[in-house]
Amino acid sequence: MQRVLIIGATSAIAEATARIYAERGSRLHLVARSADRLKTITEDLRIRGAAEIGHGSLDVNDVSAHAAVLDAAWADLGDVDVVLIAHGTLPDQKACEASVETALAEFATNATSTIALLTLISNRMQQARRGSIAVISSVAGDRGRSSNYLYGSAKAAVSAFLSGLRQRMARHGVDVITIKPGFVDTPMTREFKKGALWAKPEAIASGIVKAVDKGRSVAYLPWFWFGIMTIIRSIPEFLFKRLSL
Amino acid sequence: MAAAGRSWGRYPVTTEKVVALSDRHASLPKSDVPVLPLGNARSYGDSCLNDGGVLLAARGLDHFIAFDPASGTLTCEAGVLFSEILDLAVPQGWFLPVTPGTRFVTVGGAIANDVHGKNHHRAGTFGHHVLAFELLRTDGTRLRCTPTENAEWFAATVGGLGLTGVVTWAAIQLRRIAGPWMSAENHRFGNLSEFFELSRASDRDYEYTVSWIDCVASGKALGRGLFSRANHAPASPDSRPAAGNRTLGVPFTPPISLINPLSLRAFNQLYYHRQRKSVVHATTHYQPFFYPLDSIANWNRIYGPRGFLQYQCVVPPEAAETAMAELVSTISAGGAGSFLAVLKQFGDKPSPGMLSFPRPGATLALDFPNGGAPTLALLDRLDAIVDGVGGAVYPAKDARMSGAHFRRYFPQWEAFSRFVDPGISSSFWRRVTE
Repeated sequence: MQRVLIIGATSAIAEATARIYAERGSRLHLVARSADRLKTITEDLRIRGAAEIGHGSLDVNDVSAHAAVLDAAWADLGDVDVVLIAHGTLPDQKACEASVETALAEFATNATSTIALLTLISNRMQQARRGSIAVISSVAGDRGRSSNYLYGSAKAAVSAFLSGLRQRMARHGVDVITIKPGFVDTPMTREFKKGALWAKPEAIASGIVKAVDKGRSVAYLPWFWFGIMTIIRSIPEFLFKRLSL
Repeated sequence: MAAAGRSWGRYPVTTEKVVALSDRHASLPKSDVPVLPLGNARSYGDSCLNDGGVLLAARGLDHFIAFDPASGTLTCEAGVLFSEILDLAVPQGWFLPVTPGTRFVTVGGAIANDVHGKNHHRAGTFGHHVLAFELLRTDGTRLRCTPTENAEWFAATVGGLGLTGVVTWAAIQLRRIAGPWMSAENHRFGNLSEFFELSRASDRDYEYTVSWIDCVASGKALGRGLFSRANHAPASPDSRPAAGNRTLGVPFTPPISLINPLSLRAFNQLYYHRQRKSVVHATTHYQPFFYPLDSIANWNRIYGPRGFLQYQCVVPPEAAETAMAELVSTISAGGAGSFLAVLKQFGDKPSPGMLSFPRPGATLALDFPNGGAPTLALLDRLDAIVDGVGGAVYPAKDARMSGAHFRRYFPQWEAFSRFVDPGISSSFWRRVTE
């Protein structure tokens, strides 16, 4: 039986992932900001087959609260096989350009808080010498684009941090998995017009579970984003700066 | 987000703003234009569309709330799909009390259309198995409705086409089964009176009965077809693996309908003769038995960009044989018939909803490629026959019936309209009442 800790458990992708683990009969510990929402999700996962479910309430930007929430999670689960970090926002790029405060707050939510959590989590996992840490980054972190470079730079920081962490943890038997979803149809992206490239959270979730099961390093989800981002990364800067992407 | 609204028939095409609901405890979004709750958009016509208005997409209300494996009562949010209920309940020995021909409908949609299935003669409609639900009105009022508590609201909302408010959650009673297998029989019949004979002989001993009819055949073979009857098998006959999930799909919409008089004649001929013996027994998994078309994703695309019109009517028992013969010969003469002509005898159980469609008699369902004016004219001819014998047409499948016909088919419509939420409307409702 897998013991799974999910941070940002009320996000659409995290919830879809939790359902897969619940159907496997896993033991879950869910952390999110909204206690009401967690209650709804917990009831549902229990019926779907989760062995037992604990939960904790956390505002990820309250870094001083991280240690206690993780202590509680470890105490609840005993040992942890899989950690999924899934919290995030989609910042309004224009608002971030207009306000230093907004830009830094969004960066904190999407990057600093994740780095803080990973620092504590990786030390615990290193001691256990086993398990997987999966983190939802984004294809947006592969190259900054004018339309959302605050979000992109935060995800780039997370991706680079994970790449280094993966090297370090490889020596200790811990898998570190960078999840890079493309466009996903979730409440976070409700204002966007959806086209053929958009995926459902359920599809991303099954890709996450597969990547964790197989101990992959970087998973583009769906897979075709690897091709798209390879092309986008290879466009020379003198050309790229003229494009509107 | 403004989007082109499409129902399962892909006709008509409307424009509405889609707002997703994801929290059953939250109040409804404020709107200056009428809203309409939307499930999984499997209604065929315009009863799930709201041209120029807002669709409140309720698929995000997809949480289970409580399940008692001892009694088989399930409480869940209204956006939960029947397929999700089956995935949960079948391994624990429970089945849907009533199911339509697709498992990709939501609980809320099943209530709003008071759906029926192959067991109507035994189990009645889905509404008969709804223990309770919460109705959320656009003014923020929440009503707990059961057959005895807020009973009028219960009767208005069951079959009420989403017009009385948003159903946020519902409790339903599931049905015990021994396993996922069905023991089924297919009988070939040569004409309509043989169908009625088989139906009379089967309804007592078989929980599920339904027929496919060849709506191209005419003359002595008018209304020939295959009669299928089944019960849940007592226990798993062996350890065959469960039926796989969908394997086929229609990846894009072909430029023209693939259903035309030629392909139709060939299909009906082959299908009628698909079994050499006149009776075939089989043990099959519940999925191909109840949901043969669910294994072909987006099958509705085969009708091309203009979509199709589904027509389902019911005619009262005393007129059933003659009216059915008249309907089938009218369709056969037009040569416009469908692959999926389905015929069934409803039982006598009074439906629980004011606008419920099922009533005693025989029901016939067909789909027609949208051929424009000639198709609409044919359907008007069918309406004249149905109306003449005091029958009715199913709103969930309709995109064209006249207001005058609707009001005769559903005489309670005026009493029902008092329960319509002033903030809610649909393309269908405006079409048949204004």
